[in-house]
Amino acid sequence: MIKIEVDMALCQHYGQCVFEAPNIFKLNDDDKLEYVASADDSERDNVESAVDVCPMQAIRIVE
Amino acid sequence: MDSVAPAPAPAPAPAPAPVIIVGAAMGGLRTAEALRKAGYAGPLRVIGEELHAPYNRPPLSKDVLSGTVTHESVAFPQRAATADVEWMLGSRAVSADLTARTVTTDDQVAHPYAALVIATGLRPRRLSLPELAGRHTVRTLDDAMALRDELLPGARVVIVGSGFIGCEVAATARKLGCDVTVASPSALPIVRPLGPLLAAEILARQQAHGVVFRLGRTVTGLVGASRLEGVVLDDGAVLPADVLIEAIGSDCNSEWLAGTGLDCSDGVLADSAMRAVSVDGTVHDDVYVVGDIARFPNAMFDDVARRVEHWNIPTDTGKRAGFVLAARVESPEGFSDAVQTPFAPMPAFWSNQFEVALQAYGLPGLADDIRLLEGSLDSEAIVGYYRGDRMVGVVGLGMKAALLPYRKVIAEGGLSVLPAT
Repeated sequence: MIKIEVDMALCQHYGQCVFEAPNIFKLNDDDKLEYVASADDSERDNVESAVDVCPMQAIRIVE
Repeated sequence: MDSVAPAPAPAPAPAPAPVIIVGAAMGGLRTAEALRKAGYAGPLRVIGEELHAPYNRPPLSKDVLSGTVTHESVAFPQRAATADVEWMLGSRAVSADLTARTVTTDDQVAHPYAALVIATGLRPRRLSLPELAGRHTVRTLDDAMALRDELLPGARVVIVGSGFIGCEVAATARKLGCDVTVASPSALPIVRPLGPLLAAEILARQQAHGVVFRLGRTVTGLVGASRLEGVVLDDGAVLPADVLIEAIGSDCNSEWLAGTGLDCSDGVLADSAMRAVSVDGTVHDDVYVVGDIARFPNAMFDDVARRVEHWNIPTDTGKRAGFVLAARVESPEGFSDAVQTPFAPMPAFWSNQFEVALQAYGLPGLADDIRLLEGSLDSEAIVGYYRGDRMVGVVGLGMKAALLPYRKVIAEGGLSVLPAT
């Protein structure tokens, strides 16, 4: 399992992560980010890509 | 009996030359990470002029100016996979020799390489005017920190240039209580990438917050002996100024490649595998170009090579170059496959100015037709950018979730229509 953390004080809800890891991140109807805080190891590559593309660098994988 | 001398031990094989990445910003970092991720286990050296380890630039025109942000808070996290990368920071490449396969740094040391990655990026263009205290640019963390100390309440700030950086810095300086004037030869701010529809709206919102615009004007002189006191425009007006911020675009850091034969006419030309291309058309299997300096074709649009100064491009091109170069080291078959894998990264950019949260996908600057698709420009809106019958770009003011399906339309070639909602 991997644990995912988003610094919601930094997050600007751009939704770049949604494209990289659609099973983990989504924008709700109010344009706010929602995410799953833990996921199977098979999601690691996608979440790492989401970390890379976040303009605010708000996403962390907690080891 | 003659004694037989023991055979000398074989000389140790010389250490293999490293892959050398020149440029230690986001593009260089992403290339190093991608090389390791794709299985390249050999030596890897990154040469960078700045003393700071790679950091995220978007906060420089916003949070870094208005807060107490440090390098730590904007630095990219370092991954375990790249822990053994050798970082040569504070070192500038001054030349390269593609035949001898060396890069020479400013201490006159020639570094042999197995493969070279060019990631030296851009530097801000400067006005050809006398050096005075009070002149600033915003490209590096050190630039932003120096500027931050002068953006005091009541400071008279003149910004020359009305692109994204100029407008973002104008908003930040205004929020800090400065008197802000933007002078620009353009008719509207940010008009080249966004078109007149949104540019007019951004102008209105900036003006509503008290930013003064002097459009259609250039800066022709400065007033002040050692410290800036004023800025002279081409209509003769003199704007009293404590601070001048130059945001008039960028030049490519490609001078160190002079004499290599590479096509450096605008950045450095690369093919869709990010391999560097010479003026004579030679494609170099062991020389790659990534980031702002790369001029490359994007299969999402056409076969025209373009430089794209958007935030996501160093990451996308760095991953591409790392993937192809790692395959080059592994096997000829793998390399051939990697080169032929299509490359069509989605350009994406953002801008925050006052309450404006602007977000864009594609290349709106290519459009010959611009249409309001949803919402209303004076609140929240989505604007579509078309070249012929294809959508090539989309920009949202707010409406972040509603924007996402349009991104998909562009990625799929721009011809499909949105499903009715």
